[in-house]
Amino acid sequence: MSENETVVNITVNGQPVEAKPGEWVIAAAERAGVYIPHFCYHPRMNSVGMCRMCIVDIDAGRGPALQPSCMVEVSEGMVVDTTSEQTRKAQDGVLEFLLLNHPLDCPVCDKGGECPLQDQTMAYGPGESRFVEEKRHFEKPIPVNDLVYLDRERCILCDRCTRFADEVAGDPLITFQDRGDQTQVNTFPDLPFSSYFSGNTVQICPVGALTAVPYRFKARPWDLTEVESTYPNPMGDRVVVQASRDQVLRYQGVDSDAVNWGWLTDKDRFAFEATASELRLHTPLVRGTPLGRLDPGGSELVETSWGQALSMAADAIKAAAADKGPQSVAVLGGARLTNEDQYAWARLAKGVIGTDHVDAQLDDGLPAEGVLSLPRATINRACTPGGTVILMAPDPKEEQGTLYLRLRHAIVNDGVQLIELTPRATGLSHLAAFRLHHRPGEAAAVAAALMGGDIEAGPDGDIGGAPVSAVAAAAAAIADRADQPLTVVLGRPSLAEPADFTMDAVAELVRFANLLSAGGRPGIAFLPALHRGNVLGALDMGLAPGLLPGRITLADGGPALAEAWGSVPSNPGADARGILQAAANGQIDVLILLGADPLGDFPRRELADEALSRVGTIVASDLFLNPSTVRAHIVFPAAGFAERRGTHTNLEGRITVQRQVVTPPGTARADWAIATELARQLGADFGFGAPEDVWDEITRVAPSHRNLSMEAIDASEDGVVAADSSIAFTPPDHATPVPHVDAYSLRLVAARRMYDRGTLPQHAPSLAGLAPTAVLAVNPYDFDRVGVEPGADVQVISNAGEMDMPVVADPGVPRGTAAFGYNYPDLDVRDLVDPDAMVTDLRIQTR
Amino acid sequence: MARLNANSLGVAQEIIARYPVPRSALIPLLHLAQEQDGYVTEDAMAHIAELVGVTPAEVMGTCSFYEMLKREPVGEYMVNICNGISCHLLGSSDLIHHAEATLGVRPGGTTDDGKITLEAVECIAACTEAPCLQVNYRYRNRVTADDFDQLVSELRDDTAKVASHGQLARVRQHISDDRRAGVSPPDGQGEPAWLARNPSDNGDGS
Repeated sequence: MSENETVVNITVNGQPVEAKPGEWVIAAAERAGVYIPHFCYHPRMNSVGMCRMCIVDIDAGRGPALQPSCMVEVSEGMVVDTTSEQTRKAQDGVLEFLLLNHPLDCPVCDKGGECPLQDQTMAYGPGESRFVEEKRHFEKPIPVNDLVYLDRERCILCDRCTRFADEVAGDPLITFQDRGDQTQVNTFPDLPFSSYFSGNTVQICPVGALTAVPYRFKARPWDLTEVESTYPNPMGDRVVVQASRDQVLRYQGVDSDAVNWGWLTDKDRFAFEATASELRLHTPLVRGTPLGRLDPGGSELVETSWGQALSMAADAIKAAAADKGPQSVAVLGGARLTNEDQYAWARLAKGVIGTDHVDAQLDDGLPAEGVLSLPRATINRACTPGGTVILMAPDPKEEQGTLYLRLRHAIVNDGVQLIELTPRATGLSHLAAFRLHHRPGEAAAVAAALMGGDIEAGPDGDIGGAPVSAVAAAAAAIADRADQPLTVVLGRPSLAEPADFTMDAVAELVRFANLLSAGGRPGIAFLPALHRGNVLGALDMGLAPGLLPGRITLADGGPALAEAWGSVPSNPGADARGILQAAANGQIDVLILLGADPLGDFPRRELADEALSRVGTIVASDLFLNPSTVRAHIVFPAAGFAERRGTHTNLEGRITVQRQVVTPPGTARADWAIATELARQLGADFGFGAPEDVWDEITRVAPSHRNLSMEAIDASEDGVVAADSSIAFTPPDHATPVPHVDAYSLRLVAARRMYDRGTLPQHAPSLAGLAPTAVLAVNPYDFDRVGVEPGADVQVISNAGEMDMPVVADPGVPRGTAAFGYNYPDLDVRDLVDPDAMVTDLRIQTR
Repeated sequence: MARLNANSLGVAQEIIARYPVPRSALIPLLHLAQEQDGYVTEDAMAHIAELVGVTPAEVMGTCSFYEMLKREPVGEYMVNICNGISCHLLGSSDLIHHAEATLGVRPGGTTDDGKITLEAVECIAACTEAPCLQVNYRYRNRVTADDFDQLVSELRDDTAKVASHGQLARVRQHISDDRRAGVSPPDGQGEPAWLARNPSDNGDGS
């Protein structure tokens, strides 16, 4: 509690309690350790007083009276009695009412054993019902979407799921219908609750009315073992992982005040199904004949021992280094690993093998050095009441679900103003104070004008595609709130263009940032919304060219680290694009893929294909075979989330722990152990016996992670934020010019959708079918110009190729732009993107 | 069946313009849809959702609360016989039985010719005129069995001069342009905050 906040003194059950002004009685009591039973109250949503379970005796000066404690604010001198005879009778009565229409089918209900209604009936209820009439009947569970079932007979109408859908997720697709004695929660007919966040309603349902398809009838709560952990997404959502009989069965969100507030996206929540997939790798694989004999040129992958696979990998690396030097070995990927795994691989690559051709991003993120050089924000800073957020990233609703929820809450409830600087509308557009939708590639012009540069119309009569008046108004709004924090959510808004355009815009933001931070003002900070699990950890751990663990460049950190490691590469290596280019040119002999699929993810598929066919030995460490690893020569089965211990770094730099609850399949090992073993075969002893040993070394050698002891991270509820960076921002030498778009073309924006052809969702049966089919989205006003009808199947032609797809009208796409998903399962946008052009222009014609 | 037709859509836009916040027009628009089709179709609800910027589920939530908004087809004439206490004491139960026998339907049912839907309803606030009923929400007072038979025959040959189901009034409210909400704020005031348009809206929806 900050100093200027006053305290409200109340008495709860005879004990003095210091409450915060404006706090609900139920919350103040809970903080003081007095639990008041409730169903509808949820600390992250508005109180509605629907269930009446929390009524207690409250005396605010006019004598005790029964009042709902979730609707009454604390006041000075208030006396609360939660144990009075009157309260007890009221709770008894409320429960009897709530149970009138409840079917009491607890023996066949998934919620049994962890059901608030069950628990509170035991603790406070009448024990016997006087109701002998017929109960309400509804059709037993009906699907409200593909993942969630609704049993309306069990529902006690607490309004939690409907409030969540409306207030938190912003998808009010379930509502109360037929209000009266037939009130029910339902969707509009044939319009499912197609929210990315629907699984949260299952978690917060206080009865068994909402159940999740992947968990239905799988386990009883008392059979579950659980650990608190961190989901490996860039937000680092805190979760409880629950397992039974050595199988992960459920993730539940944990209310971490700094991060996810208890929410999870459905994609993350139900991805647990993939951990138990039969397609998981469980034994090392090497090339062999169809009959299973080892054969380096064999057409099949055959099972072998760890010793065999490791020594073959070590031999290949030794041979490559002896033949063409260490730079003929390259490492791609690693963003899905723990910090410890990443550090061990980084040390193996850079300290033992001696190559700096290492990149965790597959040319689909932002330059590592650029990201690490920017002042880092926290999510809470972005959500500071009255602050400003500039969104210069792909749609957070599609890529960073829980960040979307936090930002949405901040905008709706805390007066945060959102300035959207994106090439198309996002899930937050309707809440944005200013929507500055620039032409693809032209963010820098808008950024410069926004941050204090000249506000002058360009040759098209606008600023990079955004109306001059809107940019001017937004610039004024930023200046108005200069005494509040300005946070930039930074990512790669379109994969149809290189990151250069985004970094040009960042340079403009940084150039003017001094104006904002003058006079002790909070200034500007960045939240890097990059894609893929622990990608921020990978950058911190040095899985990027030119970087070493601890956010330091090879040049600055090399000498110090050479003492600890023995040696470091002398010259900076290439990024993913450079590595694959070199491989395609025959300069890479060994390519190590750490949970990476260049064929599936790298923006230039032909280059990745060429590279994989030229590399002598491909070594992969992965959970599944993917299109790239299936072409590997040596495959190590890796332990995945919930199968290993370690730490995770989120987009804030927040380090939290991941814990193990099940054993890995077969002989799969954690990546740090694979790297350590491979290093031993190459003659280096890391001395790591456990992930804690690795972390211990990280805190000794990584400058940004000094003193971040495992004890401190483990003890803190929200983890520890590593904030320091020794890298200074270097603006690009010159701005990348944007080619002019001709009058008959539409410029392409390609960004990821939530459900895609990614490894985890495709191996989780409940999620695999959710990926949308490919459509091209075009502004309704552009149809006349390009001469097609909305909904028509059209031929889309670019310099690089052509494909057939339906075209739909989407007012969220600015005129002159066409939007396409990057990762549709059916059509691959990379067939359209011209790898050598800075932008991709499309022609559309009827077939 | 259907979304709002061109005519209704014009009226709908006029109705929406009366309110500073579009979703306030929800209930008037539901009446409009009922006036068009005799009941509120799902397509009309979806259309209204688009018009006022809410989800179809929210429209359904509102629509399903109100008894007078029908979500299933009803007859040309809704005959609602009051079964409140005053009417009950003065014989409305007998009247309902008589109506059932005459029309051959139970309350809630519609006659085979699609003319009449019979309903027994709670107090319709005409206790001094008990027993009373409504035809498409137009009152008939102190109704006897003979009165009822007379009414039914008039309804059947369309001589009863009752507006069709869904039509609330014969005269439609019209508000001139200069008095519409959001168009001209009161003198001396800027637009209130909840009216302020997004300055980045450039009119093409982008």
